[in-house]
Amino acid sequence: MDRVPILKIGTTLFVSIQIDLQDESVVRLQEDLADELAATGARGVIIDITAVEIVDSFIGRMLAMIGSISRLFDAETVLVGMRPAVAITLTELGLSLRGVRTALNAEKGLELLNGRA
Amino acid sequence: MDELPIRTGDDVVRVRQQVRVVAAKTGLSLVDQTKVVTAASELARNALVHGGGGLARVEVVTSALGKSGVRIGFTDEGPGIADVDLALTDGWSSGVGLGLGLSGARRLVDEFELTSKPGTGTSVVVVKWSR
Amino acid sequence: MDVDSSQQRMAAYMRDHQDKVVGRWSEIVVAGLRGRSSVAEVRRELEDLYSLVVRAMSGADEQVAGELTAVLTELSGSRARNGFTPRETALGVFALKDAVFELVADVADLAPEYLAFSRMIDDLGLLTFETYAAAREQIIADQATAMLELSTPVIRLWDGVIAVPLVGALDSARTQLVMEKLLETLVATGADHAVLDITGVSTVDTEVAQHLLKTVSAARLLGAECIVSGIRPQVAQTIVSLGIEFGDIATKATLADALAHVLNRRGQRIGQQRPGQQRTEPQKPGPA
Repeated sequence: MDRVPILKIGTTLFVSIQIDLQDESVVRLQEDLADELAATGARGVIIDITAVEIVDSFIGRMLAMIGSISRLFDAETVLVGMRPAVAITLTELGLSLRGVRTALNAEKGLELLNGRA
Repeated sequence: MDELPIRTGDDVVRVRQQVRVVAAKTGLSLVDQTKVVTAASELARNALVHGGGGLARVEVVTSALGKSGVRIGFTDEGPGIADVDLALTDGWSSGVGLGLGLSGARRLVDEFELTSKPGTGTSVVVVKWSR
Repeated sequence: MDVDSSQQRMAAYMRDHQDKVVGRWSEIVVAGLRGRSSVAEVRRELEDLYSLVVRAMSGADEQVAGELTAVLTELSGSRARNGFTPRETALGVFALKDAVFELVADVADLAPEYLAFSRMIDDLGLLTFETYAAAREQIIADQATAMLELSTPVIRLWDGVIAVPLVGALDSARTQLVMEKLLETLVATGADHAVLDITGVSTVDTEVAQHLLKTVSAARLLGAECIVSGIRPQVAQTIVSLGIEFGDIATKATLADALAHVLNRRGQRIGQQRPGQQRTEPQKPGPA
């Protein structure tokens, strides 16, 4: 099972998903993020899915859950780099991921996070 | 035709990858490729999680009028679905429906055939045609 | 298309008299084409087909069905291109029945085989019709796609703002295209706002509203907020009476209102230049 590395830069946690993840790895990511948030008191999480070609309902729900978990730690999550084809497919599936903020790329994601008071 | 076992989480990933390869060969647009691979992912996971494991068959098909497409069949020997209509409930706005991702997968493909009876497992065959 | 393998006797006859029968067949076909083709030209086309038919009747092999389909498709296509109607092409195929009947009419016990042969020729004639129809369908589909592309522009309205004027009917096909173009433009321009203008949308009902909501949902996944503009008074009444909820999606009467709204959100303003004043660039929101 592949483990997704979590980078900490300042008060933000960065996660970049590079490969086709199987379910276990996504669940593991959720757990690892929760641990990191608790340990570091980070205020923001950026999940970069620029390289992700497929997001199905399971992975979509996991991403939404990561958003909720972060909020419990008073951190904000921004999902960045979603591909147009993935967005269209997710919308067709009926997943709007309303609980997670989104941005076109990591840079804009950071702007969003820093815009918070 | 490729036959892929679905016994582990890694197998679901393999099904995605194989469907992606075949879909690209049939000339599907990028969005359509993404849709059919996502549908395959949903159905493969179903076979694994609800069906106790099963099999996926991926093949290129040609319509009577010469259009090519990709057909994927999923079978499992799980408990079967008691209420097929409920499972296929369109939950676009609410996001619910037995959590089986079936109605979602159906929206992503052009043809969708589900056969299931409690005790005899489930079979789902989907087709996505190139335009 | 079923290939009957039980017509060996007739196949033998037809093979032995190939020259005569194909000649007769060509004559009948040319007569039906009223001078638009010569016997020699037609004969060239039919010789191949004849051999395949005889092979099929001898129960020779599995390939023959595929080859027959290919030759007939080619024949149908070439006839259509030369201005012949599908009826003329099909009649040409059916004419083989007449030519063969002349050959075997007096031969004993061939009636059952002839019937099977006749059915096969009927199938082949119908195939030419199907091929013709399929080709026309493809042309129509291609034109529809081209039209769809032409009528779905995505415009860079302002820094960070794009506009999508929707005209005509907003059905699922157009919605798919709008979503694709909108999202691609968002990525290409880095825009964070999109205005969907529905002034030109003929009917706004529950289905159209669903399509709009889907589009907004997809754009949101790429970090862009959408505003729907171009709400006409009658449309507003229809929306309310149908109970359609736009929720937290801002809606405006005109594109201009929508633009002002977006600029406001982005902390930008378009102001009047007073004589003697420096023109000010729109201020971008605070430090990143």
